[in-house]
Amino acid sequence: MNLLDVTGLDSYYGDFQALYGIDVSVAHGETLAIIGANGAGKSTLLKSIAGIVVPAHGAIAIDGVDVTRLPAHRRVTAGIAMSPEGRRIFPSLSVEENLLVGGHARRPGPWTLDRVLEKIPLVGDIRTKAGRALSGGEQQAVAIARALMSNPRLLLLDEVSLGLAPVAVEKLYAALPAITAEGTTVLIVEQDVNHALAVADRVQCLLEGRTVLEGPASRFTRAELAAAYFGLSDGSH
Amino acid sequence: MDWINAAAQGVLLGGFYALLASGLSFLFGVMRIANLAHGASVVLSAYLALWVLELTGVPWFVTLIVVVPLIAALGWVLQLSVLNRALERGGLAPILVTFGLAVALSSLIQELFSADSRSIPAPGLGEASIAVAPGLAIGVLPLLTFGIGILVIVVLQLFLARTRLGRAIRAASDDASAAQLMGIDTKRIFALAAALAMATVAVAGVVLGLRTQFTPVYGNLVLIFAFEAVIIGGLGSLWGTLAGGLILGLAQTIGAQIFPGYGVLIGHLVFLVLLAARPSGLLPKAVTA
Repeated sequence: MNLLDVTGLDSYYGDFQALYGIDVSVAHGETLAIIGANGAGKSTLLKSIAGIVVPAHGAIAIDGVDVTRLPAHRRVTAGIAMSPEGRRIFPSLSVEENLLVGGHARRPGPWTLDRVLEKIPLVGDIRTKAGRALSGGEQQAVAIARALMSNPRLLLLDEVSLGLAPVAVEKLYAALPAITAEGTTVLIVEQDVNHALAVADRVQCLLEGRTVLEGPASRFTRAELAAAYFGLSDGSH
Repeated sequence: MDWINAAAQGVLLGGFYALLASGLSFLFGVMRIANLAHGASVVLSAYLALWVLELTGVPWFVTLIVVVPLIAALGWVLQLSVLNRALERGGLAPILVTFGLAVALSSLIQELFSADSRSIPAPGLGEASIAVAPGLAIGVLPLLTFGIGILVIVVLQLFLARTRLGRAIRAASDDASAAQLMGIDTKRIFALAAALAMATVAVAGVVLGLRTQFTPVYGNLVLIFAFEAVIIGGLGSLWGTLAGGLILGLAQTIGAQIFPGYGVLIGHLVFLVLLAARPSGLLPKAVTA
């Protein structure tokens, strides 16, 4: 059985339909990258899974248990955690307090404050800093570490590289294997295809709210992915 | 000695204002709700304590056991039933709701307890005093009030700073939808914050009832003093509210020393001057966009 099964998802962003009958499955321990251009519906998909966006139709199940109608805070208890778009670090809390808030649901598991600080050195170095004083790269590292504190079965990462310097992105992606090594299943949304492919087992490309390509990350050439990404592929190969 | 006496009384009075203002300050700090029903809730607590006292004959401090949980529960219920929804609407909705509550509460109090002025009897407490130095005596009740005021603010602050739920309240205050992504039920967390704010309101109400004669509309005056203390100190900061209360108390007693009979007016003037000179208050909570 898959850890995550999304079936026939229609979601709206205001009056605009962002997703058209999307299916997504993620197996236990797998890393899936959802790629696509701006406005393809990637973030809406992730928000629907996290429970911030309520889908119009379709179902979302974790380990076969339907969570479609569960509010966002109860999905954390069910094992879904998200590092959101924009990072959303609590500005008046210190880094350590941000992490402790991430563990609010008290789900048992391998990730404790000490372990997160040890395994993600980027965060360990700034634990006493105030949330509002962080650089973009630091914010992103804290957002990922904070999501881990709930010991999620499924970790949702939204636009890790967006707006960050290449050096900072390299460091963040270098920390990901330490996370997946604990058995955490990861669903990553990226505009930066190269980074997404480097860590993903499987890739799914969205275009205007529909899946245009899906399969093992190693199966596609860059040209095929680029064509799918920009919607240039209609019937040409 | 007159000046030292005025300063000492001013500090003690300031502790009372800080106590009166702590619930208003806390609720604003957490949810950005300016609770116009604050004063009416304080007065309701005073009447409730009086009612318990007359019904059972227990000493005044025992009434806290009934009044604090009841008023806190009222805060919890109001937040879950009305204020959370008003917050979602945003804009003027929360302030209109609390204004409506203020009117409804004072009318309800008048209906239940009549318009007569009352006070909570505490035999001996009002007159007792401690001679600190020749010519300088400190009343036991003002001193007790001051101690309770400091205690309430320190306990609230420690709860916010050190506990898991206090942290959750601060996180929800910073960014409610991000807090939901952390597994925090923000509606219940806000209800908890409202209950805590109203618990301090209950304590303030009982103390108010011991110190002064109150009527169903006395809440208007309470609201003005509480707002002044909160605004002088800086919106959303509990330590600032303590400082604001002390400044207001000192301004009133020292002002009365200079212009006898005009202490309250001097307090308002000092408030206006400070508002003009330092609109964000003395210790504003660093507000983020």
